[in-house]
Amino acid sequence: MADDVKALSAELAQDPDSLVFLRLGELLRAKGQLDAAHRVALTGLERHPHLADAHDLYARILADKHDFERAFDEWDMTLRIAPDHVGALKGLAFLYFKVGDVQQAAAHLEAAQRVAPDDPGIVQALALAHGGEGGPGPASPAPEPMASSPAAQPLEEARVFAGLEGAQEGLLLLDPSGRVLGGALKDPAGRDVTDAVAAYLAGVSQEAGRAAKLLGLGNWTGLAAEGQHGHVHLTPPTGSALLLVVRERAVPMGRLAIIAQRAAVAARRWLEAQA
Amino acid sequence: MTSAPAAYGRVLDLVTRVRGVRGAMLVAGDDGLVVAEQLMEGIKGPAVAALAASLASRLRRAMEAAGVGAGQFWHLQAEQGALLVVPAPSGVVVVAVAEPDVNVGLVRLELLRAAEAVG
Repeated sequence: MADDVKALSAELAQDPDSLVFLRLGELLRAKGQLDAAHRVALTGLERHPHLADAHDLYARILADKHDFERAFDEWDMTLRIAPDHVGALKGLAFLYFKVGDVQQAAAHLEAAQRVAPDDPGIVQALALAHGGEGGPGPASPAPEPMASSPAAQPLEEARVFAGLEGAQEGLLLLDPSGRVLGGALKDPAGRDVTDAVAAYLAGVSQEAGRAAKLLGLGNWTGLAAEGQHGHVHLTPPTGSALLLVVRERAVPMGRLAIIAQRAAVAARRWLEAQA
Repeated sequence: MTSAPAAYGRVLDLVTRVRGVRGAMLVAGDDGLVVAEQLMEGIKGPAVAALAASLASRLRRAMEAAGVGAGQFWHLQAEQGALLVVPAPSGVVVVAVAEPDVNVGLVRLELLRAAEAVG
């Protein structure tokens, strides 16, 4: 296999525009050399930004690195370029499954099955999504995240943000009086600051709502704030609850809003399940 | 630093000249009183100022507790517009009320300039 890597690397060096980077990136990913695979995929994407397979490869590497948010974006991009891309449909199904959205996971798997009806991995994953007995089977192709990832295991239903990045250090769901419903928060030094932050945020949802109403702006939908060392985003996932997302300053505010939207979906689902 | 009340108008002009901004205020951060304002008719300045100062104070404490440091800019998004705030070093808070399609980046820049001028 090392020889294969050498051979493919040499081939790519000889012709940097060739699509051999797809095979090389996949091979490195399969060997667990994720940083090298990441570099190869990124370089390939720079040269072939409209190639669906390149986005799919990059997404699988990101998923293996547990960077699920960016993996989602890359698979989403893959489908924009090639709406029937089986790898992206399976990848998004994996991510939806991971956050507990079994309905969306099944919808994506069904779409993948329409394109590749004989794929045993899709059949097994669909059985799992529909509550059947089928688990990850030996016939599943190794490179596919559905088969190789822990996502095909039972979900942790009890956790609000199960599967979301930062669930235990950068996501917090509060009730109107500041009680913690889920998630946790740690400061940059790793200290648990969940309760302290929650206490200060008690009543913020109501104040934001009153300010927006006074100004005739309708319902408030989000509150983004830049700090010296990090950014925060507050969202009301339902009328009274409050969702807080905290990330380091390197994460742009726009990206933070996307993260908050996804976490709000998980929070809303969890709150509905508790009602 | 701008200290004369007459100069506050020029500071607020920086913000209100941005297309889509419906008004701007300087608010005392500690008590929520209006220091200066340029608002379109119908906006309840004193009430908005009080709520903005209170929100800014809660956010500041929450952000400090979270370890992300002092807030430098915040943006309340609503269905039909936005409230944008930058605290000045003196404790005064510069507030803008904007339409939903305003260029938030541009307003942010002007609010930061205004806060610097206020000192």
